[in-house]
Parts: sequence; C-alpha cells; structure tokens
Amino acid sequence: MLNTLTLSQVLKKLKNKEISHKELFADLGAATAAQNKKLNVFLTMNENAEIEAETALGKTLMGVPLAVKDNFCTQGIRTTASSTVLDTFIPPYDSTVSRKLKEAGAVIQGKTNMDAWAHGSSTETSQYGRTLNPRNPEYLPGGSSGGSAAAVAADMSIAAIGSETAGSIRQPSAWCGTVGLKPTYGRVSRYGVVAMASSTDSPGPITKTVEDATIVLNHIAGHDEYDATSSQTPIDNYTAALDQSIAGLKVGVIYMDIPGLAEVKSLFESQLKVFEELGAHVEYANAMDPNHAVGAYTVVQRAEVSSNLGRFTGVRYGEDRSYFGDEAKRRIMLGTYILSKGYSDQYYVMAQKVRTLFLQDFVQLFQKYDVLISLTSPGFAKKVGASEASAMFGELEDMLVEPSSITGLPGMNVPCYRDPKTNLYLGMNIMAPMWHESKMISVADAFEKHTNWNPWRNAEQK
Amino acid sequence: MTAYELVCGMEVHAELKTKTKMFCGCKNDPFHATKPNIYTCPVCLGMPGGLPVANKTAIEWTIKLGLALNCKINVFSHFDRKNYFYPDLAKGYQISQYDQPFCYNGKLETEYGTVRIHRIHLEEDTAKLQHKTINGEKVSLIDFNRSSVPLIEIVTEPDLKSPEHAKAYGKALRQILRFLDIADCDMEQGGMRLEANISIRPIGTTELPSYKVEVKNINSFRFLEKAVSYEMKRQEIQLNKGVTPIQETRGWDDAKSETYSQRVKEDAEDYRYFPDPDLPPLRFTDEHINGWCAELPELPAALKARWSTDYAIDSKYAQVLSEEKETASWADQIFAAAAKQNVKPNAIANAIVNKKISAVVSDEVERVIVAFVALNQHERVDEAELTQIVSSVVSENADAVAQYKAGKVQVLGFLMGQVQKKIGKKVDVQIVKSALKNALK
Repeated sequence: MLNTLTLSQVLKKLKNKEISHKELFADLGAATAAQNKKLNVFLTMNENAEIEAETALGKTLMGVPLAVKDNFCTQGIRTTASSTVLDTFIPPYDSTVSRKLKEAGAVIQGKTNMDAWAHGSSTETSQYGRTLNPRNPEYLPGGSSGGSAAAVAADMSIAAIGSETAGSIRQPSAWCGTVGLKPTYGRVSRYGVVAMASSTDSPGPITKTVEDATIVLNHIAGHDEYDATSSQTPIDNYTAALDQSIAGLKVGVIYMDIPGLAEVKSLFESQLKVFEELGAHVEYANAMDPNHAVGAYTVVQRAEVSSNLGRFTGVRYGEDRSYFGDEAKRRIMLGTYILSKGYSDQYYVMAQKVRTLFLQDFVQLFQKYDVLISLTSPGFAKKVGASEASAMFGELEDMLVEPSSITGLPGMNVPCYRDPKTNLYLGMNIMAPMWHESKMISVADAFEKHTNWNPWRNAEQK
Repeated sequence: MTAYELVCGMEVHAELKTKTKMFCGCKNDPFHATKPNIYTCPVCLGMPGGLPVANKTAIEWTIKLGLALNCKINVFSHFDRKNYFYPDLAKGYQISQYDQPFCYNGKLETEYGTVRIHRIHLEEDTAKLQHKTINGEKVSLIDFNRSSVPLIEIVTEPDLKSPEHAKAYGKALRQILRFLDIADCDMEQGGMRLEANISIRPIGTTELPSYKVEVKNINSFRFLEKAVSYEMKRQEIQLNKGVTPIQETRGWDDAKSETYSQRVKEDAEDYRYFPDPDLPPLRFTDEHINGWCAELPELPAALKARWSTDYAIDSKYAQVLSEEKETASWADQIFAAAAKQNVKPNAIANAIVNKKISAVVSDEVERVIVAFVALNQHERVDEAELTQIVSSVVSENADAVAQYKAGKVQVLGFLMGQVQKKIGKKVDVQIVKSALKNALK
C-alpha cells in the first residue's frame, strides 16, 4: 500500500527504483476511489497527474502527486475556494506555490475541499458539502484546510498544501492527527492564493511527518517578486533542522489557564515531560490573554474579507454575488460595518493596536524562551454539524493559534495524544520567533521521534 | 445687485508614462494598443489571487512632481484601498492614497496669481467602459488595457480667482508635467482630466460657501475656462433669486456651451478606506529626497527667468516658447547661438512667435538664425533712383493714384509692388512705403 508511505519514503523508493509511478498512482487512486465519496476530500482531480509525473522523474520531487487546497490558483485546473461563486473558474495562471512545486517536480493530484473562501474551521461552510474526519467520520476534520488534512490522514495523498489565516493549517492538522506547518507571514508567497485576510494569509504544508513538512517547505519558501509582502530574509535548509539536539533549549508553555481546557489539559501536560527527557527546560509562562486576539483578529479579518471579496461580481468569471453562502455574507457585512466612516477608528484602528500589543508580548516572551508551546485546539475534533449554530465557531476553535497568526509568527502542529476510544488526536502547537522556522522544526521533530503519537512512525497508532 | 467672486479649486488627474503599469508588469500604453485587453494579467484583471507590486518609478516621479511644485514630502507613506463597485474597477477597490499622500502643501505660480497645492497622491487608473450596439443589442464592453495605469491626482486649495486663472493653472501644471517628462497629458484621450469645484461668494466675504458644484471630466483648457464662467453666471442667477445652488456633479456640454447635472450627492460617499495589506508602507530618507531633487530638470519658471536675464526675452514670447518642452529647449539653443553671433535673441523670439519667419522645432538652429538675418537684410537703394522710380510709377498708374486719393488706401500695396518690381532687388519695404506716401501727398 504505497499510499501510506511518507513523502520522504516515496522519494527514496522512487530514487532507488523500488517503486514505480504506476504503482504509486494506482494505490493512491484506489484509496481515493474507496474513500472520497464518503469523506468528500477532493473537489477536483487532476486527470493528467500521472502523465505529468512521468516527465518529472528527473527533478527533486520526482513526480510525486500532492493534494492542493482549492484556494490556490492552478493553471488549467478548476479553482473554487469551495464557493459556487467560482464553480466554473479555471485559472489561466498558477499560484507561486503551485508553480514552484511543479518546477521542483511535484504534480498536482487534485484540489481539496475547504471552508468556502477559507471562512471557518470545520469545512462546514463549504458550498460543496463538509469533509468528514478520516480518523472518525462522525467528527469534523477542522478547517479551513480540512480537505488537505483529511487527504493526508486518510492516506489518499502523500502530502498536501494548505493555507492558514489563523489556524487553518494547524487546527485541521490537530483534529486529523497530521503535521501542519504555518510559516512566518511573508515566508511563502501568497501570489495566486484566493485572498482571505491578506495581512495574515500564509501558505504551508500539511504532511505525515515533520521531515515531510521540511521537504515541502524547502521548495515553497522564499522571496517572490509577485508578492510585495514576501520577505527577502534568506531561507534555511529546513531539513537540516531535523535530528538536532534540543538539550538546553528553553520551552515556554502558554495558554494553560484558558477556561474549558479541563478535559485535555492534563493529557497535554503529561507530554511536557518529553521535553525534560530531551534535556530542554520547560516552564509555564504568562502570555497575553488569547481572547483579546480573537477580538482583534475577527475585526481585522472581516474588514479585509469585505474588501477582498469585492471583486467577485460575476462580470469576468464565475457566478454573481447571489451565490455567496451565509458565512461569506456575514463576514462581508461585518467587515463593511467595521470599515465604515465613524466606526473604523473604534474597531479597525483599535484592533491594529491590539495586534501591536501581542507583537510586543511575543518579543518579550522570546527573550526568555526559544520556543513557545500550547495546545493547538482547546479540545478534540467536534462532531459533524457543530459549527452550524455558531457564527463564531471558527474563532473560538482557533483561539490558541490566533495570537501567533495576527503577529505573523511561525507555528506548527504535531500530534501529541490519541484517544483510543474515539481514535481522535490532540495537537501540540509549537511557535518560534519570526523567520525561525528551523527552531520549531527541531523541537517538533525531536518530540515526534521521541514519542509514539505519530501514526506513520508508529503503526500501532493507526 | 450683489457682486460675487469665484471660489474655485481644481483636481487634476494625469496618467504617468512609465513603461509598465502601476502594480503589475503589463505594458502601460493604453492609447496605442491595437486591440482591447492585450495589456493584461491576473493582477490588473483583478483575478482571484492577483497581488499588486508597486512601480518604483511611478512613486519616484510623483515625488519629483511634488518637489517641482514646492510640496512637502511625507517620508512615511502608504497605499490605501478605496472600496466601491463599478464595472471598470477590476478588484472592487482602487489602490489609492488616503491619509498620507506622497506630497502636500505646495504651490504653483501663474500669471494670475499663486495656486496652493493641497496634495498630490498616486493611484491606479480604472479600465475603460465602451457602450455599443452589436447586432442590434446594446452592450457594455470593458477594456482593461488602461486598468492599473499609474495615475496622479493633484488637488489645489480654492485659490483660483477667475476662469482665466483656472486655465492658466491647468496649462502651467501640464507644462511642468511635460518638463519633468513624466506624463504625456493627452487631454483628448483622457491622459489628463480636469475637474473644477466651483462656487461663488459675495465680494468682501471670506468664508467658504456652503455648497460646491463639481464639474467633471473636462478635456480641454478652453472648455475649463468656459465651464467655470458658465457656472459663475448660473450660480449668480440662482443666488440673486435667493436660492443656494445644489451641491452636485455636473458635466460640460460643449455643443450647447453649458454645464448639465450628472449626479446629486445626497450623502458623502463612504469608500471604507484602509491601508492596503498587500503593499508594505514606504519610508523615504532625506538622501532619497535630496537625490530626486538634484535630478529635477530646469523648470519653466526658472527657464523664463533665465531667458529674461540672459537674453532679455519678453515675457509674452517666453510664455509661448516655453509651453512645450521640446520647443523650449530648441528656443534656448537658438537664443544661445544668436547671442554669440550678436543677433538679438528677443528679435528672433518675436520673429518666431509672430511667424515672420517660418521656423518649426525640427529646424536646425543655424537655419533659423540665417532666415532671421535674411529677413532683416536689405540691399541699399540710391535715394535719387528711388524718387525717380516712384514718380514714374505714379504717372504710369494714374487710375490707381486717383483711387488712392479718393480714399481707397488698399491701392498703396499695388503701387508698392510696382515700385519694387522696377527696383529689381530686395529693399526695405518701409523705405518704399514712405517714398510713395510722400509722392502721393
């Protein structure tokens, strides 16, 4: 069953000619055929993937198919952002991320379901139906990159691309038991990604292992002349951050006093000893209340959304505005109100100030700690239908990652517990200072390799 | 009857002639495009995922214009989104500048007085709508060749005192844009668009009137002058009836020579401006600004002052000859060459402006000087010979002489021609004229 291999294993086996594209595509195809109807992971498949893979064998990524979230423009392949407004939209160009991956020899396997316009943390706002959690289909996969996380968790894909505005990579990774890496804002180009909140959107990998995340990040990170907010800061070889000793590293544990963690708090805390065993210093630290981040993020994000969705008029492509779903309409209305004359100072400008306070708080925390860790989500995956009555569902589920999102910090999720009864996972959120992805990768990799929680490293977890 | 004075400020839009568009790499040449929608990409089409990257040259040019207009420069600035819906606006917002324009508080001198510049900001132009009937069906088409072309907006304080002043300001501004070589200002194509905010108040009062009428999309300086004076009269009639003119946007109908109502503004529009998160804020150092200042060419005012001091050129000739950049530098070379050859530059200026010699910008400097010298060089004629020729012409043309004496003065030209023919060489017409007049007394 080659579909269960990790990216690094597939690359090795292709290189050693132990496996062929034909076998790999056959197994992935079988896994998709068996599960996609039920789980609703892929919205569109790339029918030419296998043919394209043959021509890429000489390149670094050797024709490995990757699942790509449906808000990345992919030339010639329908891109809907899970909204029927774009039901008929076939982009004439590639996002920088998909272009770079193709240039490195990857092929696009298909486009994954998501919350419509990335609005949500459940995939339940998708206008093409919700995705189910492969670990337990009575539960949600999280979102907005729920389809990408589910594709990896269900072994329908070797690895996937997601995007995070605040939690959309890390939270579905936590709920599906995958690795999800949200890079520093500006580390990976946003060009060609259907904009959600432009000031926090960050594309990144969702993978089976930390190592796989570094392989993907190596290919998509870096300055892009088409994105004015992408950084000139040199990129690392992220794979070099694997297998590093974390002895002596200072780890700050935050957000443990949030009400409602009761069930999962002790499960999470029981894992902290792992870092002690690895020689790191673990300490509880005081960080600004993430509830304030929820407010600030909601205001800024709704404002940017209301402006970013203004172009979808149905004049040049897609359908008209009557196709917007309820969540998009709610966000457009709230954002429009927030930016209105007489209100923007009291909401938008205020929210930006709160953002600065969080930034200062993190600067101060990172003077004391090398990395910060917290739970990724305040609990296990929620049941199907859970988001439907709650307009703030996403913001509350993402509370613990929103502070690092509004400040542009990198963060990544690694599985840190599995409930044997439900088969659902808990995720650990590891955060580092801006541009220090390597630091959090070393910590995540050490944790993953020193514990048995990663289902691909430890068959008994599956 | 109350006497009123004009209270008028202007907003001028001009497209910058950078090689590429404001926020993408597409060619910036909307007026010469052979077909609609050939200079487009995901960014200027407003495709999902398209992102703007600011054109550095356009920013530099805007600041240079600000420096040329004695503006202060915001060392910290950014772009904002101006949100509104219109089919010619690809993204549902225009990238513009709101609270921190690149340039502010400047001034421009005109022959009718100083005009204070309130601000200059940089934004992107919209696409162009075409309303047509195709196969009997009325359709609206959109051409995105112009979408995201760099556009500057220059806003004045309400300092324009008369229709002539408004016209002079517009021309002076265009002259500077052309001297800086940053805009073609093709008014007919819409490369430069004029907008006047017009109201009037009783002479002697100083507060701003409670209303203003915006006349938009004026595409010539002549129309601007006519529109402002038309509005002054229209508003005066209303005010004299005790009616305050409605605050509205009007257009100029040249066929009827009048303005007409386009849109009445009920409330102030809310464009929901906010800083564009796609474009990082910009910081300029004193070094940047001093560098751009040093790169400024000689501007019209300085040029005219130099012509006056160095060559004693009359201001009215200087005005005409400095209007276009090419003409100005051509005239400048002619004046320099003339001065060297002891030919009076002002006399040449007079000859060119009054078309006494045929001279165009492409003419070589030396040819123009030769033509001018030839104009004033006459062969000498012996006075006795001239008197003799004149009297013979008078006696041979008794009819014409009689007509002249009866008051038909035009005949003098004919008689002068006869004299010149008999002399057979080029002599000063003034001498011929006075000799003839003497003989006819």
